Amino acid sequence: MRVLLRNPRREIEIEGPLSVNALLDHFEFQRESVLVIRNGTLVPGTTKLKHEDEVEIRPVISGGT
Amino acid sequence: MRCRVCLGEVVIELPRHNAAFCPDHFTKFCRDQVAKAIKEFDMINEGDRCLVAVSGGKDSIAIWDILLELGYAADGFYVGLGIDDYSDVSGQYARKFAAERGIKLIEVDLREQYDYDIPQAAAKSNRVPCSSCGLSKRHLFDKAALDGGYDVLVTGHNLDDEAAVLYGNVLRWQVEYLARQKPVLEAGNGLPKKVKPLVRLTERETAAYCIIKGLDYQVEECPMAAGNKHLQFKEALNRAEEASAGIKNAFYFGFLRNALEPFERAVADGYSSSGIETPVVLGACIRCGSTSSAEVCAFCRLVENTAGAKPT
Repeated sequence: MRVLLRNPRREIEIEGPLSVNALLDHFEFQRESVLVIRNGTLVPGTTKLKHEDEVEIRPVISGGT
Repeated sequence: MRCRVCLGEVVIELPRHNAAFCPDHFTKFCRDQVAKAIKEFDMINEGDRCLVAVSGGKDSIAIWDILLELGYAADGFYVGLGIDDYSDVSGQYARKFAAERGIKLIEVDLREQYDYDIPQAAAKSNRVPCSSCGLSKRHLFDKAALDGGYDVLVTGHNLDDEAAVLYGNVLRWQVEYLARQKPVLEAGNGLPKKVKPLVRLTERETAAYCIIKGLDYQVEECPMAAGNKHLQFKEALNRAEEASAGIKNAFYFGFLRNALEPFERAVADGYSSSGIETPVVLGACIRCGSTSSAEVCAFCRLVENTAGAKPT
């Protein structure tokens, strides 16, 4: 599946299917630090992603106060 | 896993609440949390005119939307910081939100109106960019709220922001800062009332709110925030959160309940962490008239030291 990552913006192909949580583990993301969007829709950690899905891992941590 | 309310299909899990929600009940959850914070801390009274400090990021867009949904009168205020494309895109999101709803967005552009920008200020001051940025925004937010006769200045600080600042202040025992770390600062001494209605929501939750509601916001991180200590504090707290769901909430609200008051009392009694008891005398800046403990306020000094320099 094609995975969009941010900061910096880049796209990476990885083999599916796999769960959202497994995808986050693959990239070593903290669960609290990102959201996962599949084909434009937010999905929870238990969702099974198909190989043909387009997925974005969106960071939610912003700096500065 | 099913929505806690309707048993529908979930889009987000919230381990700290041991819950999961469908889109509609998650956005309701967010509105309820904001309404609860406003009531609990007496943030906004009926009929108050609110000015929302809008950066174009998820938090300020989310709180502006939620306040409007809750029926509050809320205009926006945006500061163009001059941080390359990042500021251009951020401003577009703020303008788009206002234009789509036909609501007022007041804008100030640092370069156009004060002849400097944040990259320049950081270079000239030899300090981290967030320092000049925060100073500029605080001054201009206060000024806009006072000039516009607004009752309340609303900022998009969320639970992660507050917990990270608290973490830093505790690690260094910044007593004076700890005494002021409240979700509401009342008006006084020439400053407007300031409130943080997102303190009951994490930034993962405010981002999810925007995505579910289709609210466009600046996703990319500010290029000048790289290495910012607050980002590192947030990462540390998120590691703790993964090990113990709800720990950020317990840390921040536990502080408000159990520890804030002694710090407030100590500072009111003249305590100084530097050990030098010099009572702060507030007056008016001789340049701009804003509240200041110095003859010329920090913002006017920043402008004087930076304005006119070549853009970086």
